[in-house]
Amino acid sequence: MNLRAIRTRYFGAYSVDQIVPPRGNAAWATIFTTATMTFLAVAALAAALAGARFADAWSLDLAQNATVRIAAPAETREQQIAAVLAVLDTTPGIASAEVLDDAAQARLLAPWLGNDLPLDALPLPAMISVALEGDGPNSDALALRLAADAPDAVWDDHDRWRAPLQKTTTRARMLAISAIVLITAALGVMITLAARAALAQNAQVIITLRLVGARDRFIIWTFVRRFTMRALIGSVIGAIFAIIAVQMLADATADDTFLSLIGFSGLDWALLLAIPFIATFVAFNATRQAAMRHLLHQA
Amino acid sequence: MITFEQAGFSYGRNSILNGITQELAPGSFHFLTGPSGAGKTTLLKLCYLALRPTAGTVKLFGQDVSKLSRDRVAEMRRRIGVVHQDCQFLDHQTVRANIELPMKVGGRNIQKNRSNVDDLLSWVGLTKRGDALPPELSGGERQRLAVARAVIMAPEIIIADEPTGNVDWEMGHRLLTLLVELNKMGKTIIIASHDMNLIRAAKSMATTRVMRLVKGQLVAAGADL
Repeated sequence: MNLRAIRTRYFGAYSVDQIVPPRGNAAWATIFTTATMTFLAVAALAAALAGARFADAWSLDLAQNATVRIAAPAETREQQIAAVLAVLDTTPGIASAEVLDDAAQARLLAPWLGNDLPLDALPLPAMISVALEGDGPNSDALALRLAADAPDAVWDDHDRWRAPLQKTTTRARMLAISAIVLITAALGVMITLAARAALAQNAQVIITLRLVGARDRFIIWTFVRRFTMRALIGSVIGAIFAIIAVQMLADATADDTFLSLIGFSGLDWALLLAIPFIATFVAFNATRQAAMRHLLHQA
Repeated sequence: MITFEQAGFSYGRNSILNGITQELAPGSFHFLTGPSGAGKTTLLKLCYLALRPTAGTVKLFGQDVSKLSRDRVAEMRRRIGVVHQDCQFLDHQTVRANIELPMKVGGRNIQKNRSNVDDLLSWVGLTKRGDALPPELSGGERQRLAVARAVIMAPEIIIADEPTGNVDWEMGHRLLTLLVELNKMGKTIIIASHDMNLIRAAKSMATTRVMRLVKGQLVAAGADL
């Protein structure tokens, strides 16, 4: 008794429901295409999430701090610093204020002006770093009080830094979403082409099915089921490989940079898990549409 | 059962059949004969709804086929068994699976009907070939497989297009015997054939009618042609 006989005896002739003959190359092409597209979609999602995290971290950092810059003449400098500290001390929303010494200023300027900075030769303003609490102070009221007590002091709540950063973050997100949409569309096109090729290749099967009274939806379903299963397998493989790659990238990057923030956590997993399902749905729909058009064209 | 009223068919300007008027009664046995290109296969395709008439009317089971939806056409086809000269099978599926295909398509429980399939395999002499693939069969075995698949759903009409075209006389006679047996069970049989020996042999076994087509027109129909 051969394998076919055993399969028929114990599982029935249609145990594997292979009305459409399995063709190796087409099957692997569909699985590979879906796996690759899912990999790229997950990578784009990871990049978008990491970008958002990076921007949020920066934005939060900027939002929780403010700076008072005092470009005062040397004779009134100390007096204005003391006045500013006094004002800040009595302002709600201010957690603490600290005057930056020369060494701290040198550290901040080092990335742009180098380490051998002759601070004595530069007319640097006095800088007060302010930590905020809650919603922070009323900026307009504070600016007015500072103008009265320390006319050379300038209150900077970092708004002008945060706005472009938020704009950049939004654009980066849009870019990632566009990439995912394009990848999905490309997947749909590729699956449609593969399904059309399979339908043309299996013209004999369709004729036979029609001959024995198969309805259109039965014929469509035989092809849709095949392609949907392949797409599901491919997308799960692609997603698994992408998760491993993303995790390896994050693990290999120890410093506090963009790449160290790449990865998935919390609700990210829901978004991630949606990608294989979206890929499978796209394959399902693309095959269904291709099969419907094929049958109508034949009629 | 099948009624043609001035039925015709043409591909564009090329007329294949025209002015066919004929009624095929339930349980009758018909031979469709005529030279190559006379329109025999086209007339059969009108009978099993592979084509719809471009002129006149064809009624099947009392219904005008031109007005049937695609789903209804599929359902009607289940009431008709078709045996082709170039038998069309799922070549990657076993003989048994090919016989079971109409049941699968019709939503019948295959496991419950396994004994029917076994009986059919035995009836057409393919019991030992149930696990073979169609390409592994001889011409005669393929024709018998086609007959088995055509009758698995107990159709009311069996249509055969040159069923003995690819087999020797002995096998042709065996196939004819199967079709005559089906006719005696009350099935309507329509066979397109230009094999006069086959027609003569059928006449000796059953009451048959012969329809002769020439250049797309039915030139004669009767029992004594």
